[in-house]
Amino acid sequence: MTASDLFQAQGLTKTYPGVRANDDVSFSVRPGEIHALLGENGAGKSTLVKMIYGLVRPDAGRMTLDGRPHAPADPRAARGAGVGMVFQHFSLFDALSVAENIALGMDAPPPRAELSRRIADVSAAYGLPLNPSRRVASLSAGERQRVEIVRCLLGRPRLLIMDEPTSVLTPQEAEILFATLRQLAAQGVAILYISHKLEEIRTHCDRATILRHGRVVGTVTPRDHSARELAAMMVGAEMRVVDRSGRQAGEVVLEVAGLTSAAGLDGTPLREVGFAVRAGEILGIGGVAGNGQEELIAALSGETTGRPGTVRLGGADVSALGPEARRRAGLLAAPEDRLGHAAVPEMSLTENAILTAATRQQLVRGGLIDHAAARRFAERVIAEFDVRTPGPGTAAGALSGGNLQKYVIGREILQEPRALVVNQPTWGVDASAAAAIRQALLDLAARGAAVVVISQDLDELLELSDRFAALNEGRLSAPVPTEGLTVEQIGLMLGGAHGMEVAHVAA
Amino acid sequence: MLRLEPRTAAPWWLGLAAPVLAVLATMLAGGLLFALMGFDPVAAIRTIFWDPLFGPAAGYSRPQLLVKAGPLVLIACGLAVGFRAGIWNIGAEGQYIVGGICGAAVALAAYPAEGAWIFPAMVLAGAAGGWAWGMIPAVLRNRFGASEILVSLMLVYVAQKLAAWAAFGPMRNPEGFGMPGSRNLQQYPPAANPELIAGTGIHWGVVAAGVAVLATWLLMSRHIRGFHIRAAGMAPRAARFAGVRPEALVAFCLGLSGALAGMAGLFEAAGPGGQITDSFGSGYGFTAIIVAFLGRLHPLGILLAGLLLALTYIGGELAQLMLSLPAATVQVFQGMLLFFLLAFDTLTRFRIRWGKAA
Repeated sequence: MTASDLFQAQGLTKTYPGVRANDDVSFSVRPGEIHALLGENGAGKSTLVKMIYGLVRPDAGRMTLDGRPHAPADPRAARGAGVGMVFQHFSLFDALSVAENIALGMDAPPPRAELSRRIADVSAAYGLPLNPSRRVASLSAGERQRVEIVRCLLGRPRLLIMDEPTSVLTPQEAEILFATLRQLAAQGVAILYISHKLEEIRTHCDRATILRHGRVVGTVTPRDHSARELAAMMVGAEMRVVDRSGRQAGEVVLEVAGLTSAAGLDGTPLREVGFAVRAGEILGIGGVAGNGQEELIAALSGETTGRPGTVRLGGADVSALGPEARRRAGLLAAPEDRLGHAAVPEMSLTENAILTAATRQQLVRGGLIDHAAARRFAERVIAEFDVRTPGPGTAAGALSGGNLQKYVIGREILQEPRALVVNQPTWGVDASAAAAIRQALLDLAARGAAVVVISQDLDELLELSDRFAALNEGRLSAPVPTEGLTVEQIGLMLGGAHGMEVAHVAA
Repeated sequence: MLRLEPRTAAPWWLGLAAPVLAVLATMLAGGLLFALMGFDPVAAIRTIFWDPLFGPAAGYSRPQLLVKAGPLVLIACGLAVGFRAGIWNIGAEGQYIVGGICGAAVALAAYPAEGAWIFPAMVLAGAAGGWAWGMIPAVLRNRFGASEILVSLMLVYVAQKLAAWAAFGPMRNPEGFGMPGSRNLQQYPPAANPELIAGTGIHWGVVAAGVAVLATWLLMSRHIRGFHIRAAGMAPRAARFAGVRPEALVAFCLGLSGALAGMAGLFEAAGPGGQITDSFGSGYGFTAIIVAFLGRLHPLGILLAGLLLALTYIGGELAQLMLSLPAATVQVFQGMLLFFLLAFDTLTRFRIRWGKAA
């Protein structure tokens, strides 16, 4: 470590019951650099930045900021010392205006007119156009993030922490965000950038500190390493490459035509969605969350039923059938929200097996549950999908996100569906588990199932799908072959950058 | 400042310890109350909790235990099923009254006919009446999103007026010298619900309560519908994903708890009560809510809790008689029991912290 460091951490340790979240973590950030924190889910990234931002107090170790000891008691103290943080999940009030939201998040908000002027100044200076009087409810995800960033910048931070900022953005929006970050860095602000998107880090970050199981593996210059090398450092083993071979497209299995639906809770209604998936084929559906994904999977799983002829399985009209009848016919689904939708957190894994596998696995006879059969099926899912858990009696809510996701996806795949629809199959799942899930989806297609993958992760869609379609404001684009498709082309299909690039040209 | 902080992991036994602690705390607080009123607290507690079972008059009061526990357990079994699904039927008292009226109506219409069909027909009519009364909040909730809590509760008062109207009007005993109230069904053998084994207090309602305990235990732990009910209570979206139709679940739970409450009402009207009067409701429907929660919504727990609450009824009456404790004693006791149970339940899920936020 050198005297030029803006921020230093030495020997930071934080233990939660049963987990050592951070173990002797030391690293440093220089002024004017974009410094990545890289690691799998559960590697300790969140705990580390929460200590810097004053949300969590370390058990041992010390931090310095600008050469002075940094031990914030709460986020207000951290902000006072010059640390700003933009969270992955926004904390904005839909019913309030941009300016009101920003004022709420400030320790000492200035008068409204003064605040509006300063918001305008900051957004002009950094190419983040914002109308202070607009209601947050009407803003896109990218615009909401801008509100959070502007709120941070008004506090003139020396160290800005960004927690997975691009997970909600289209590729073009992400490019614009990086332009802003580079401009900040050029003015000497240090940026601590959390992500597990390797390409993004290789392109944009000056240095990267890699965490694994709460320990620092090393600090590297990401440009000097390939994405596979970085992933290997993150996971501690060579990454598995998915095997796409051995598949042949057959008859059309799942056919959707003219699917229109009402909006779910703060969602987007589907408008005339149509596509067809053949046996052995994977259709990827991309798009930023909130553009009809929830509504689409509900319409396919049978949670909402549609007009006759809108959903067909193997030629038979299943539009009017509920979830159980569709499962009997062979159409299965795995929703995005693991806790409370795909699984009941308080119930055991055995009971969660009954939730969707009761009919196809004959876990219920004459209305009575065969608990032994349910446990056997749960054990099979656990064994074949490498779910790390003490046993099938464990409550679903006690599993880590990745393990529960493996269980939820495995539960559907092992039922050998004719068609499977999954939403965000690897969201919040670490790299090795994600690879296993993707391979299982490919294997299922190779056995002749039609698979629909709805995801926000474009790399995942490019890796898995044979054809790609974009869901934007409830409309689905015509599917195109994935082969030869670039990330830029996909970004345009997703509806561009929601008007952000214009502002940047002007600025 | 006082704050409640969620416990990360509550020990499993705390959930079972809460009802026991609540009973002990009720005894302590009740004793304190009696002492303040100038009664001997030890004698009062002993009269309420000990004498009905082992005291000098136990021979009379022990059978009463089952007479009182029968309807409580029967009603609470149905309520617990709905509570597990997050469907709150607070109006079992009304379904109990309407069930009693409907069942008694069959008997009065048949009078003075003889026949083995009469009593079973009364049971069916009682269940149907309670079911129909329970379906009113179900339909209003499914159709208009009306709160089943408020609707079912308000229907209790409607049912009470209905009982008064029946007792003064169409069901009045023509040979009753103008007194309000129906014929005494105890004196009409084909319709009577007599004590089955002398000296035990067991009548058909107690038998039905035993069957209800077994049946709801089977439903909740073995049957797929019970599984769906539990899933809906814990995670409504997951239950929907599993194929549960929320409207059907509302109708099932309110219908089932209504039918069981209605049956309890009939057994009471044809048995211990003997007739429909203008004050036919006796509070069983409300006390059963305490029974359901004290029994942890589990059929076996409900059986034990039903017996305990029956004890407070009998012991309270005994204390009135022996020590001239006020009549409200029973209600105070039952109220304190629910209060302490909810308090201890909160403390199993949260811990109390003093001082400001860390």
